Amino acid sequence: MKSFDYAEPRTESEVVALLSKHAGRAEVLAGGTDLVGLMKKMIIKPDLVVNIMEVESLQSIGPHEDGSFSIGAAVTLDDLLAHPYLENYPAISDAILGINSMQLQAQGTIGGEICQKPRCWYYRNGQGLLDQESQVSEGDNRLHAILGNQGPAKFVSSSRIGPALIALDAQLRIVGPGDQQHFVPVADFFVTPHHADQRETVLGVDQLLTHIILPARDNSFNATYEVRHGEGPDYPLAAAAVSLEINTSGRVEDALVVLGHVAPTPWISHEAAQTLVGSTLDESLAEAAGDAAVLQATPLSDNEYKVQLARVAVKRAILRAAGFETGGF
Amino acid sequence: MAYLQDEKPAEGPYHWPSREEASVIGKDHHRLDGMKKATGAAKYTYDINLKNQLVARALGCPHAHCKVVSIDSAAAEKVAGVVHVHVLEHAQPGSEISWQGELLVIIAAETEGAAAEGVDALKLEYEQLDVFTSEHDLEAAQKAGRAKKGGGKVETLNEPGDDEDEDEFIEKELARLFDESKHVVEGFYGIDAITHCCLEPHGSTVEWQGDKLNVYLSTQNVSGTDDGFANSLGISADSVDVTCNYIGGGFGSKFAPDYWGVAAARISKATGRPVKLMLSRDQELKIAGNRPSGYINVKLGADENGVVQVWDSHHWGTSGISGGGVSHTVVPYVLVPKNYRRRSTSISTNMVRARAWRAPNHPQACAITQTAYDDVAAAMGKDSYDVFMANLVNASNGKAEVYAEEMKVGAELIDWKANWHAHGMGEAKGSVVEGLGMALHTWGGVANTSDCLVKVYPDGGVESFCGTQELGTGTLTVCAMVLAETFGLKTSDVKVNVGSSTYPFSGASGGSTTVGAVSESHRRASQDALRAILELAGKQLGVEADGLEATAGRIQARSDANKGMSWKEACKLLGLKPLEVTRGHRRGTASPLSNSGVGGVQMAHVAVDRDTGVVKIKKFVAVQDQGLVINPRTCSSQIYGAVTMGIAASLYEHRIADPKSGAFLNAELADYQLARLGDVGEIIVELYEPESERQRGVIGNGEPPAISPVAAISNAIANALGVRVPVAPFTPKRVLEALNAAGRA
Repeated sequence: MKSFDYAEPRTESEVVALLSKHAGRAEVLAGGTDLVGLMKKMIIKPDLVVNIMEVESLQSIGPHEDGSFSIGAAVTLDDLLAHPYLENYPAISDAILGINSMQLQAQGTIGGEICQKPRCWYYRNGQGLLDQESQVSEGDNRLHAILGNQGPAKFVSSSRIGPALIALDAQLRIVGPGDQQHFVPVADFFVTPHHADQRETVLGVDQLLTHIILPARDNSFNATYEVRHGEGPDYPLAAAAVSLEINTSGRVEDALVVLGHVAPTPWISHEAAQTLVGSTLDESLAEAAGDAAVLQATPLSDNEYKVQLARVAVKRAILRAAGFETGGF
Repeated sequence: MAYLQDEKPAEGPYHWPSREEASVIGKDHHRLDGMKKATGAAKYTYDINLKNQLVARALGCPHAHCKVVSIDSAAAEKVAGVVHVHVLEHAQPGSEISWQGELLVIIAAETEGAAAEGVDALKLEYEQLDVFTSEHDLEAAQKAGRAKKGGGKVETLNEPGDDEDEDEFIEKELARLFDESKHVVEGFYGIDAITHCCLEPHGSTVEWQGDKLNVYLSTQNVSGTDDGFANSLGISADSVDVTCNYIGGGFGSKFAPDYWGVAAARISKATGRPVKLMLSRDQELKIAGNRPSGYINVKLGADENGVVQVWDSHHWGTSGISGGGVSHTVVPYVLVPKNYRRRSTSISTNMVRARAWRAPNHPQACAITQTAYDDVAAAMGKDSYDVFMANLVNASNGKAEVYAEEMKVGAELIDWKANWHAHGMGEAKGSVVEGLGMALHTWGGVANTSDCLVKVYPDGGVESFCGTQELGTGTLTVCAMVLAETFGLKTSDVKVNVGSSTYPFSGASGGSTTVGAVSESHRRASQDALRAILELAGKQLGVEADGLEATAGRIQARSDANKGMSWKEACKLLGLKPLEVTRGHRRGTASPLSNSGVGGVQMAHVAVDRDTGVVKIKKFVAVQDQGLVINPRTCSSQIYGAVTMGIAASLYEHRIADPKSGAFLNAELADYQLARLGDVGEIIVELYEPESERQRGVIGNGEPPAISPVAAISNAIANALGVRVPVAPFTPKRVLEALNAAGRA
């Protein structure tokens, strides 16, 4: 790990001021479960590390008048999981439980979970995030993207909660530079870089993600299903988060289907959603939605199997959201 | 295989108490160092920090095959805190480096951070050379000129006539035998390379005191590594003291000082300061130990009962740059038909040389051969249990009867009959199907050479000194139990000292040789010490020494418990000086206390999600014989650990090399997947110890239970799916690909 300066500001504006002053040379430290490993491997070598865990405004979970509520970016995953507000948002609790690690859940924060770097092994071995020299397309890409992978970005977005937040129509509050404040739908937060100087989110180097805002929900027809190889804290091979509006006769009125770990961003499948809307939910409809979700898949040389996993993840997320048995593990 | 039991002396001065007489051995005993380990009080090599020490980090070669063109350390030397730059001999400009991760330059600094920053500031130029790491692909290896003919052997019941060409005869004879076979099965099976993945990486902290070198080394070989340092440094072995009180895993990879240990000593000499050099995690995985891969094409011919009569195989794999792979001598494995031909090909890859891994060659041999036996059962539509049982007639180690009994025990524990269904014919619950599989194994486990000094003090204190090592397997506890048993004391009454090369020599902990070794040396030394005390006590009591016994803290007449004295009173008879007795055992010497040659049967019950390819272990049964069991608790722990490692190798772990660059892609624990608690299911361990086994004496079991898991789990998956997933680990990707290939998706 390279030597660095360390700051422990107390307010959001102090954080933003530090990030602006050291733009591009500073990193935000929350739980540190991702950043510290990257720093130890010299993949990220900041001059300044800004610890945001002492900023009080980032620590709380609070309601708004319209029934929505805000989650501070520095709230730990365990604290979020235990919060009663989460009752109608099983898509989020499913995703947190999937992490399956006391350490990561106790130490990791919701903001960090969303902003973590991809787990591409070429990137983590110091070869950059993009497929500039065909290291991914001609290499071992068994864990890489099957959707949205036509450009140089072949990695998959690592966030496990991101798909759920998109399915639940969540927004992010971002501050900076200066006194600016932005509200960004999570669906617009993740972007696919095309050049080495682009990031995987819209968050600028002089900006801070402060809160996640979840809209009110009066039902819990939402779920996340992850295809996980084992019971450890490893990342899923494919995942899907689903939010449904189902009327009293069982017909789907509205649907949002978002896949995880299959593309450089959480992948919104309009095709899967369209398959569901207007029909009565049963296993065959869920299966058809899974098929629709992967119609556009373009697997790489070594990850055809992920198409099947994505298909199953969508099907099972839909069934779980509707309260049906998934039929598998 | 012939084992020492055949040569066992009928009587002698050394013996174990009978099951009824034993008060300590054979009873569950907690690890004496368990609390220290659980609380962090135990100091591992990684925990050793000496006053004024430097911390060293090393640059590992980023390329799998290259020439070092130039090394510029100017910027590294300017990093604040960097004290010393050491270019390794094999890394001088012009040197060829043949695997990724090989250490090139070591930086010693005031802090770990400064050392890492120094390493990052090094500027090296390389000329990249051709790379080959796809050893599973035999054709590609041959095209790349990386394949060499390996060992092989042919055995047939019929022999060629005097005027017959031997090769032609073999071809014709095998063809005839296959023609006459009732069932013929052909298959491809494989198992990828795995790494040792020691939780505590390889490394040491070294310091010079004048011309004396003190080494705190993470090692399985406390008594044997001083030579390695001495030879490399041009000093005598008595100038080197090696200490290792606790070790965080070795599994066969930590027998030597390694060149980085020697380099630490050189840097320490050059700087006049202690030096700590532990490998980083990725270096640990890349260069500090891996197990060879193995892949096989095999054809079997079986009779109407499923007994294999003829075997013809060709296997290949790699032990790294020098080729190698799985030894041909263990193929076929345990079940060896009367007629067989085995051939092998050695493949050279740009990977570091393999090191011994629990039961070298056996897990791979079991995985690539006993799967074929299971496919005979599948082809016949027979119960795999019956086919394995029938093939015990060809057990190559004379343990057919023991295996048969162990199979019965295992079948009962896993409820084989109730859970069995023909391959691929089980009832599906949703997309989940279940299956059963089994495998069996063998191993030696002979007692290593070991000496032990036992001191009995006039105040009754007992202390032993032995240059063995506590690997985490319970060695220390076993030593104490043997002493306590012999002296009629509690383990808390004795003090065991291990982990220093200044103690009497004891062999390296490899080959499952330790428990036999230390129980031999500790029993011999303590029995002779006890005899001396009994002589003294006998004179005092007016009883022949032979008529006395040590029990429950007393020395007393066997015929009259009232005629005796306390242990402390007896020890007072020693006078002012402690009694010192050193005794030992030499490896390979017939002994009434130890033996070699074990077997075991393992059975797996798995569930497979056909839609995702995810496999879960429901239950795993391990039945293991190991002669006389000193401590059932730690003996069982060895098996739990071995099975857990076996499950990891079956379902999760393997070295993944980039096909283009040869880079080891998953050389971090975040990417190198292992089994976690939630992945291992219910593990049932049964120590098979009828009197016939107990009478054989102590035999090590560190390795044998790690052999069968991959084959047993592979067979269970094949039983569940009706499709063989050929190569371990059986990941979702490979399960789905196998189902697709079989048209069963």
